[in-house]
Amino acid sequence: MAQLQLREALRRAMQEEMRRDERVFLMGEEVAYYDGAYKVSQGMLAEFGEKRIIDTPIAENGFTGIAIGAAMAGLRPIVEVMTWNFALVAYDQIINSAAKIVQMTAGQYQVPMVIRGANGAAEGLGSQHSQALESIFAHFPGLKVISTATPKDAYGLLKSAIRDPSPVIFMESELAYGTKGEVPDEEYLIPIGKADLKRDGTDVTLVSWNKQVYNCLSAADQLAKEGISAQVLDLRTIRPLDEQALFDCINKTHRMVVVQEGFPFAGVASEVVSRVQEACFDALDAPILRITNRDLNQPYAPELEKMVLPSIDRIVAAAHTVCGR
Amino acid sequence: MAESVTKEQLLEMYRMMCLIRRVEELAAKAYTQRKIIGFCHLYIGMEAVAVGTSSALRPEDVVVAAYREHGQILARGVDPELVFGELFGKRTGTTQGVGGSMHMASREHNFWGGYGIVGGHIPLAAGAAFAAKYKGDDSIALVYFGDGAAQQGVFYEALEMAQLWKLPCIFLCENNFYAMGTSLERQSYLTDMSRRGDGVGMTRWQFEGFDAVEVHNNIAKAAEHCRSGKGPVIVEAVTYRYRGHSMSDPAKYRKDGELEEKKKRDGIDLAIDRLKSEHGVSDAELEAIKADVDVQAQAAYDAALAAPDADPSKLYDFTYATEAQ
Repeated sequence: MAQLQLREALRRAMQEEMRRDERVFLMGEEVAYYDGAYKVSQGMLAEFGEKRIIDTPIAENGFTGIAIGAAMAGLRPIVEVMTWNFALVAYDQIINSAAKIVQMTAGQYQVPMVIRGANGAAEGLGSQHSQALESIFAHFPGLKVISTATPKDAYGLLKSAIRDPSPVIFMESELAYGTKGEVPDEEYLIPIGKADLKRDGTDVTLVSWNKQVYNCLSAADQLAKEGISAQVLDLRTIRPLDEQALFDCINKTHRMVVVQEGFPFAGVASEVVSRVQEACFDALDAPILRITNRDLNQPYAPELEKMVLPSIDRIVAAAHTVCGR
Repeated sequence: MAESVTKEQLLEMYRMMCLIRRVEELAAKAYTQRKIIGFCHLYIGMEAVAVGTSSALRPEDVVVAAYREHGQILARGVDPELVFGELFGKRTGTTQGVGGSMHMASREHNFWGGYGIVGGHIPLAAGAAFAAKYKGDDSIALVYFGDGAAQQGVFYEALEMAQLWKLPCIFLCENNFYAMGTSLERQSYLTDMSRRGDGVGMTRWQFEGFDAVEVHNNIAKAAEHCRSGKGPVIVEAVTYRYRGHSMSDPAKYRKDGELEEKKKRDGIDLAIDRLKSEHGVSDAELEAIKADVDVQAQAAYDAALAAPDADPSKLYDFTYATEAQ
């Protein structure tokens, strides 16, 4: 089993799918000659050539729309948006075109494409480059939303996303691109819509996704030293949401903390809390708490930035609260 | 310009223009009777553009339209019963009553719809052209858009990438002099909308859009340009709509006498003149065609009205593609 960086796992998934299917191509800013802004597509131009590894002008709405059209015509585009902040420029095409074409044409056309890029804060990128935006894409029927930062999951889920007939929003992590993890040498696919229990436990469930899973695992280590057994559920897919996994967790631990990077208002954490308490109210021994970004735009200075983002300390404190310690 | 339309073709163009006008007149009446709800944008006055355009394209070419598309989908050969069916929200409609007036599509006719965000559909056509080039077939794409859409940023982005990548796409501006209720000279510094192509170095020209034969010849020339690998073109058909922006608009912003002046170049009248003077067609023959069209449109209307309503059991069927096409 190989130890791969997140970026290498993503690249391997794209390379394998492009070798497998001529219709798959990669398009975006700096994906070809620059080797990708975060080197995810490094070397792919040399293997696949300019026809299939396509540098675009800085025109996100336009090239996303072109990729949607290409998908409707039977191709399978992968669009790299560099970071999801820039995809806000393409929000119209993603929401008003990609998410709605199957419905508006009553199934006559479909949009098999993946839009992928880095999501969430890195370090010191300030207000416009630090956003975690799962909730504003997961809001819309017609889109599938994956958000993951572990190499093994990223590989298996990106391959599934490329083969999926629906438009898939695929959110990665700038800070985790260099993070290594074990990825099996043989090909495998992870089904979209399945959460993964990253650590088993009995007292409290920490629910998260993307790079906050790493913080939850660290928090669980710390809690274990205090005698609190925390399990960590990695949603991996935001839409469709794996409700059953959430229900199984609350029925087992009766206490839950949802850790979400990004703004709290109408966030994914709110959706998780709402669904769990609606379906499993009798299983709850404490209110479900959310740990999210503070309700603030991201500041630059490191000491301020840390105050805004979820942290291991805040997760541990929330676990204490729900466990009555 | 050399004559390229035979007598038989012109008779068919005349018939189609009469059909579109009659369908739209019946739609207008049905709207006032609340048999059609929502928005309803009529194509009356602009028939020659869609008819001359469609006759110059091949069945395998992709056509993308905005929300004033009843006439365009009819000109592409879709049965008026399906158009009425959609307007009435019937399961027999072009998109099974899911789409409505603004979202009509027919995969069989390579008519992609039917989009309601002004200008948002334009990159989809560039994407269709991208796919044609990628696959190496000699189909082209054509997108209809208005003088209002020519102000959207995504339009310029699509133009830029189509030109950069030499995509076989005809950008056809139907300049009907009003962006909703705002007149051309009040919403655009340049009023020759084809000049939008100058900024990206695209071949462009403007032509009068009232004479279906002139439209046909211009679109045939544009299609030849695209099909021969020379890249995209932007052409502007100068036309006019007789009705308001939508059924709820009485169009009080027009200048006195403007509509009457424009009607002197009515597309149906111009076809009649040509058929009589150039092809010796009699008044009786023309009247017979008109009468036949009226019967056809009414029969389509009646059949559509009698068809079963949209199917509630399919409510959840069109959010995601279930199987890859």
